[in-house]
Amino acid sequence: MKFERFGAGIIKGMTVTIRHLLRHPTVNQYPEQRLNVSRRIRGNELVWSRARCTGCATCAKACPQGAIELVTAANPANNKYEVETYRVDTGYCIQCGLCVEACPFDALFMGYSYERAKYKRGEVIQTNDELLESAERPASGYYHPEIAEKLPAQTLLVERITEKRQKK
Amino acid sequence: MAIVDLTFNSRLPMQVVPPDWPGNNYWWHWLFFTVVLIAFVLMMVMGAIYIERRGLGRMQSRLGPNRTGPFGLLQPVADAVKVLLKENIVPDSADKVVHWLAPVVAFAPVVMIFAVVPFQNGALLADLNIGILYIVAISSVSTVGVFMAGWSSGNKYSLLGAMRNMAAVVSYELPLVLSIVGVVLAAGSLSLNQIVLTQNIPFILLQPLGFLIFFAAACAEINRSPFDLMEADSEIVAGFHTEYSGMKFAMFYLVEYAEAIAMSAIITTLFLGGWRGPWLPPWLWFIIKTLIVFFVMVWTRTTLPRVRIDQLMALAWKFLLPLALINLFITAIQVLVWPQALPWLAVIINIAVMFVLVIIWSRLFRLGWGRVEV
Repeated sequence: MKFERFGAGIIKGMTVTIRHLLRHPTVNQYPEQRLNVSRRIRGNELVWSRARCTGCATCAKACPQGAIELVTAANPANNKYEVETYRVDTGYCIQCGLCVEACPFDALFMGYSYERAKYKRGEVIQTNDELLESAERPASGYYHPEIAEKLPAQTLLVERITEKRQKK
Repeated sequence: MAIVDLTFNSRLPMQVVPPDWPGNNYWWHWLFFTVVLIAFVLMMVMGAIYIERRGLGRMQSRLGPNRTGPFGLLQPVADAVKVLLKENIVPDSADKVVHWLAPVVAFAPVVMIFAVVPFQNGALLADLNIGILYIVAISSVSTVGVFMAGWSSGNKYSLLGAMRNMAAVVSYELPLVLSIVGVVLAAGSLSLNQIVLTQNIPFILLQPLGFLIFFAAACAEINRSPFDLMEADSEIVAGFHTEYSGMKFAMFYLVEYAEAIAMSAIITTLFLGGWRGPWLPPWLWFIIKTLIVFFVMVWTRTTLPRVRIDQLMALAWKFLLPLALINLFITAIQVLVWPQALPWLAVIINIAVMFVLVIIWSRLFRLGWGRVEV
């Protein structure tokens, strides 16, 4: 005679729920508490380096959405080939990272930030200096392990719960 | 007295009787308790909503509402304000009068239940000598309000929800009342105050099987999870109150929780010794016990998945009803044959009987016998 089907499962389930009641909840209260995102996140907005860019337009050719527009011109004053306009329509960008992988001069990076929503449609198109790296929009370690090394490690909710348990 | 109580203690505390109709202070008593009861029901509903949402959240590894006020304590207030300010939409095809009347018909009986629930010795609105019978009768009226709501909405899904609700309530009324009868036999009285006074040992120990049956049947009767398939807020829209909004929806929401509190209060009174307890004042004991019973209801709600309609009906008719009858039979024999038995012996025997019966009946319980497969 097997003893099942007489409510043992109910009792087992009840102990599980009461254990959940007594332990730390698995949540993160977002605007106040933040977790570190992945170091290789393909976040919002591209980060462009004017110093390294040669204007070869490999990124523009790699982009499946055609979101990158590049205008170059020869500057006769210092006999150099310069980038006149580097424009990215982030509204078209699908964060695929192909442009970053294609760039032969390491001049383009994915963004590390993730709260870059805009109020106006015009602000979505970014040109030249708006694309440079700044404190608000750091570069992600995607396809660039040397940047990833310096970024903080990703936090997982599971780790935070185990931290809480160890403290007790 | 023909029926002798199982607890067998000749030194019963004196029963305090509230003033009767022509007596002095009757109207002051009436006014005081009416105001206190309505305030009590509303406060307890707010507390219940808070406990339910926070407890449910924590048991699901969430936090629950914690933004309004300290620890989210004002969440029920915020909900109430929101729902009161909302537009009251009545469907075009609705039966307007019945649609308007249904929440009132559903709400009034729930408050009326508390009229006979003792908060301490003699502290109750009316000490009816048929108190528990009155509760059984009046709590069924609430279902009429539910059916009025379903019918008057002019929506077939509301009507379906209300019909299912009726079916469940009618089925579960039987085991509910039969398990109450066991308690009444052991106490030898129908008056709730008298039942509390005779509980030198809480009846949960003398009637463990009766308690389990009553708890399951009460959960089904008031449509709480796992038996809430007619409302099933995560699956179907809302059952009978699909077409309700604003203040009238708030009334149904209030009824849902007031019923849960009423059932907790009845379980406290019948099985957990009501207001009796050491050190603390009796009314505080009553409230604490009621909230503990409500917490167990929340606990079962988080744990158990929702049952199907055939499982619901099978549980009532094939499991709870026969067990309630057997429990009643055993209790009657105990009361008749060993009225003088040692209470602790009766406790041990009854708990053993509960385990044996539940295990045997679980083996016999099958779903779908006699069902025609299509």
